[in-house]
Amino acid sequence: MKFDTVVIGGGPAGLAAAICASKGGASVLLIEREARLGGILKQCIHDGFGVVRFGEKLSGPEYADRFIRELAQTNVQVSLFSFVTRTVKNQNTYNITYVCKDGVRHAECDRIVLATGCRERTRNGIFVHGDRCAGVYTAGAAQNLVNILGVMPGKRVVILGSGDIGLIMARRLTLEGAKVVGVYEAKPTPSGLTRNIHQCLNDFDIPLYLSKTVTRVFGETRLEKVEISDVDEKMRPIVGTEQLVDCDCLVLAVGLIPENELARDLGITLDPKTKGAVVDQNCQTLADGIYACGNALHVNDLVDYVSESGETAGNHCARPFKMRDLKPIQTVGKLLYVVPQRLDVNSDVSKVVMYFRASEELADQRLTVTAGGQKVFDRVYGKLLPPEMERIAVDFGKAANLDDIVVKLEGK
Amino acid sequence: MEMVCIVCPNGCRLSVERTGDKVTVSGNKCKRGEAFAVNELTNPTRSVTTSVKTTVKGYPVISVKTDGEIPKGKIFELMNLCKQIIVTEPLPIGATVATDLFGTGVNLITTKTMEETNE
Repeated sequence: MKFDTVVIGGGPAGLAAAICASKGGASVLLIEREARLGGILKQCIHDGFGVVRFGEKLSGPEYADRFIRELAQTNVQVSLFSFVTRTVKNQNTYNITYVCKDGVRHAECDRIVLATGCRERTRNGIFVHGDRCAGVYTAGAAQNLVNILGVMPGKRVVILGSGDIGLIMARRLTLEGAKVVGVYEAKPTPSGLTRNIHQCLNDFDIPLYLSKTVTRVFGETRLEKVEISDVDEKMRPIVGTEQLVDCDCLVLAVGLIPENELARDLGITLDPKTKGAVVDQNCQTLADGIYACGNALHVNDLVDYVSESGETAGNHCARPFKMRDLKPIQTVGKLLYVVPQRLDVNSDVSKVVMYFRASEELADQRLTVTAGGQKVFDRVYGKLLPPEMERIAVDFGKAANLDDIVVKLEGK
Repeated sequence: MEMVCIVCPNGCRLSVERTGDKVTVSGNKCKRGEAFAVNELTNPTRSVTTSVKTTVKGYPVISVKTDGEIPKGKIFELMNLCKQIIVTEPLPIGATVATDLFGTGVNLITTKTMEETNE
């Protein structure tokens, strides 16, 4: 089968991309590996989604439902239980091989949208030594067990990582009857939203321990205890500070990494800072016709922005091909990353949405965007935190010359 | 006293002062913060999201939420109530599975559509 666009991944980014590409007139195939659409939102049953987009607090499944309904009104062809095994570039098109219930299938398309989301760092990713016993889960795996399968991962739980996912799982497991003995965080400050510290931990008297991490796990068949160590300012465990904590379950909420196996197969340039593809303002990667959006592009904190980047990619997929002229976007100052990393000066530059994170906690900062030495954007921030992504919209049309684009963060 | 507003992800840091019956709130970016602070001092409430068991194929549990806020002290009572509920037919999103929780007028509703055709 030949399609204009194939979207890989049926989570919030893929749903938005498929809807927009289809509304723009493209024929679209949406490939999803699971039984249902919605991606990780299916298991994020807590609320707080959609505050930016819909102005209301929705649960994850409710947020996904709005897009799934909208998708049903389009001509998008959806293939569930389908897993992409190979993508190959032809002269002007791409060939996609995927495995589904009917066996191995092929689709040819002009454009591909990579909306494959991200995956969790595991025990191996953070070097927790010890026995290979049952009872060690990533937060997402534990969330899937509780919220989709209705099974508890343990009775006495230690959580490592104070990001929002760790905090939300602490509350969820407590509500379902588990004893959460503590949330441990290697950094000296909590990573999650202050609001979640209050409503997830304080409301339930769950202790939060900072500058401590899990260094070893013990258990013959099932987890019996974990070793906790203090860490120094470089987050290295300090010898002699070890203490043992009894538990039958360790939940790891220690970070997310964009999933980019397919991008790598296609030889797409990745950004070492975001670990996602390098893209222009239309979410098109450096390979013509291949787009990346959502958490596959960079890990977002709000789903609203995941949907937004999906829409950007989808809208552009419906437009005719045009030669690009890509200019690099340089960053100066304490910026963890800026997305997009390129500006296509042959397409619309008047409403360029940019996302950035500061590389450390900063007060009283000024962000400026210049092109050809001319200032096109300027904003002052009272406080910037690495866990909180910022979004700006820049009009590069104001600049006379787009040769030298710089995003700069400096003290006010 | 100091408190953190949990109404939206902004998480405003509130300063709350109580003189007699009068409560003055500062630090809030919107008026919901003031209402939150007053509520928190008099009758703290929370909305709750959880899940209940089902006998429907493909759905061991279905996600639910309170369609308003219930007293904070009633959260574990609600969790016990949820253990008693078993959904036996596929329900659409927004279907009520328990009404008028603890006389608050708040209902427990589903947050996901249960599709019959999935295997």
